[in-house]
Amino acid sequence: MHEYSIVASLVDRVEREVRARGASAVHRLHVRVGELSGVEIDLLETAYETFRPATVCAGAALEVERVAARWGCPRCRRQLAAGEGLRCPGCGKPGRLSQGDEIVLQRIEMEVA
Amino acid sequence: MCETCGCGDPEVVPVEVQESLLADNDRRAEHNREHFRRHGVTAVNLMGSPGCGKTALLEATALALGASTRLAAVSGDLATDNDADRLAAAGIASRSITTGTACHLDARLVHRALHHMELDDVDMFFIENVGNLVCPAIYDLGQEANVVALSMTEGEDKPLKYPVMFQRADLVLLTKIDLEPHLPGVSRETVVANLAKVMPEPRWLALSAVTGEGMEGWLGWLAELERSIAA
Repeated sequence: MHEYSIVASLVDRVEREVRARGASAVHRLHVRVGELSGVEIDLLETAYETFRPATVCAGAALEVERVAARWGCPRCRRQLAAGEGLRCPGCGKPGRLSQGDEIVLQRIEMEVA
Repeated sequence: MCETCGCGDPEVVPVEVQESLLADNDRRAEHNREHFRRHGVTAVNLMGSPGCGKTALLEATALALGASTRLAAVSGDLATDNDADRLAAAGIASRSITTGTACHLDARLVHRALHHMELDDVDMFFIENVGNLVCPAIYDLGQEANVVALSMTEGEDKPLKYPVMFQRADLVLLTKIDLEPHLPGVSRETVVANLAKVMPEPRWLALSAVTGEGMEGWLGWLAELERSIAA
């Protein structure tokens, strides 16, 4: 379960931002997780709950936005339906993932003096 | 001032970060990649389930290449050095990365292992990942290519169950094809059709490390990869 590693990176990143801005508390984290990112949101949330007590994130809620995978044709921009062949029915080009593989820390809500 | 109740407490501000949570790993992976390239080494990240034949494939690869291509490897193993011992016996300069409970290799673990390895006399470097079709998929290690081994005994629907792993594969190796006659419920065509549902450009080869069938295709693919990097 690599979600623990992801949470460790998340908390590290938040700690860095807290130090840089001299924040006194962290209220909320906004994270975007793609359907094909390889991260299970349930497991991520469990890992976060386990991990956060002794960290700067102790009082911070975790908001996770799930991003659906979207495949498109790199040539004609047509959107491709997942589940069948991932080639463009129009021009035969292999599809490209335009969203859905990201694991991104978007925003931190923090208390600054 | 506090927006919620106007109490005069410190202000809560939103700080935009917009950074991947794998950014640290990806930076380290880029460092590994530069290290491999500086030494003219082609690095391959070999992934697949426990028991899919990763170590056997590397043993057969070493045997088939003989002295023509100098191989080195690190193998991620939860608890033993067995894989690294087998690779060493096959003539591959190898080192174990014992991960304990960690289910995947990351760029930092590979980097640490590289400190103990001499790359000057190496042509090709295999990173034999921890046996797992989930966790290793998203970690860049500094490789030139991701190769996923999928044994015929694992059944037809693995690509559909583990789309992220297969989607990120540059090559899928269907291994243990010598066992196909004993697997009436597994059709190679169905496996390949399932790969096409999760990989936009499915590239696959079928082989048996035991009989050697299909090995020349794999060696050809490796040689092509090596040439494309040297170019």
